[in-house]
Amino acid sequence: MAWPEFCSRRRGGARKVVPARRAIDNKSSSDLFGRGFGLCLLILLLQWLAPARSAQAQEPPYFVTYSQALEEPGNLEVAMKGLTASPKDANAFFSPTLELEYGAKAWWTTEVYLQGQATANDSTIFTGFRWENRFRVLPGEHWINPVLYLEYEDVSAADKSILEVVGHDSISDLQLNNAESRGEVERELEGKLILSSNVKGWNFSENFISEKNVKNEPWEFGYAVAASRPLTLVAGKRPCVFCRQNFTAGAELYGGLATAHDFGLDATSHYAGPAVNFNLPHGPTLGFSPQFGLNDNSAGVLWRFKVSYEIQQVRDWFRRGGAR
Amino acid sequence: MKSRWIAAGCLVLSCALVFAADGGWLRKVPDADRKRVNPYAGSADAAAAGRVLFDENCAKCHGEDALGRHGRPSLRSERVIHATDGELAWLLRNGSTWKGMPSWSSLPEPERWQIITYLRSLQRESMSSTH
Repeated sequence: MAWPEFCSRRRGGARKVVPARRAIDNKSSSDLFGRGFGLCLLILLLQWLAPARSAQAQEPPYFVTYSQALEEPGNLEVAMKGLTASPKDANAFFSPTLELEYGAKAWWTTEVYLQGQATANDSTIFTGFRWENRFRVLPGEHWINPVLYLEYEDVSAADKSILEVVGHDSISDLQLNNAESRGEVERELEGKLILSSNVKGWNFSENFISEKNVKNEPWEFGYAVAASRPLTLVAGKRPCVFCRQNFTAGAELYGGLATAHDFGLDATSHYAGPAVNFNLPHGPTLGFSPQFGLNDNSAGVLWRFKVSYEIQQVRDWFRRGGAR
Repeated sequence: MKSRWIAAGCLVLSCALVFAADGGWLRKVPDADRKRVNPYAGSADAAAAGRVLFDENCAKCHGEDALGRHGRPSLRSERVIHATDGELAWLLRNGSTWKGMPSWSSLPEPERWQIITYLRSLQRESMSSTH
């Protein structure tokens, strides 16, 4: 795609809103809502199937921002992140993302994402996959802990997961119908510099994002910042479910910073909102966050939720002597 | 000739690993951290809370009895018994990432002290049962 064409495609005002129509290969959008619900149930069932007890991963409640927290070595986390929204001049949609995150080392976490979306009055489609790796750069704990993030993604332009915002990503990306956008597959390399600190129970994280389409397109940039804290810093002496030590609350802010050709805030979208995590003892972790668009290029509200379950010490299953 | 160099390299690496696996992290602990005092030392409530935290966060690698599993170290070993509370707090905060021990700085500091209090109660149990 030539640069001017790309630029006009990315800029919100330059693209005509196409009324969504029912695609030939469509399935009802409730179909995927049902599948997403089924996936949640599957993850909840894992606690019955997984022989090891699940972990209380002390992860911050962020949906877009990454912190220094890596998966513990040998653990496999299965998560379903969902996003639903009803953007202006576009059909409501639901975008589920299945995550498989494995702690390869204490300093290296690798993760695969499988993504899809269902748009009301349109279709249900698979939109692609991502493979990411996070590396803790420095041993030990510091005031600021840098983590390097490298990702390869192969997703269609119909992807609506909004796992990050870069370049001129805007509400107009959500207004194309699936038949039109699914054919355009974007293969991109993404790097992030994750800076994160844990201070007196608080976590502060800042991400600087750069993304490059493998085709001849300019670098795109974005940012994400967040802070969170458990509701209490001291554990109770008895196991409990609805006690404060199992909740973490925080807030995050993220958005695009345009491209290498026009770095800045012009024609970019930004979101902010609170987020909360609920860690069920020896069970899954539930997360929820309403995120609000901060300008005209952003969708009004993104409703995000997450169900994750950590299967402990998967690698022990393959060691002599059994898993447990 | 080439195979000799490879053998020598393997020998040096093996020696390095042997020496690295002997609790080398203890030498990295700054004096100020080494002398830190556990604010919950001896508290039964803190030990009970530490047990809950230990079950959720530590038992998967170190075993529910803290004796270690699949090559991961026992927390009732002489080395851990003789380490100061401050040294254990330093290890929980910083981890030993190249040896597989992650940093637990995401746990609030009071909870890390509660875990150490629980470990001490386990060690006391072990010592009283042997005497």
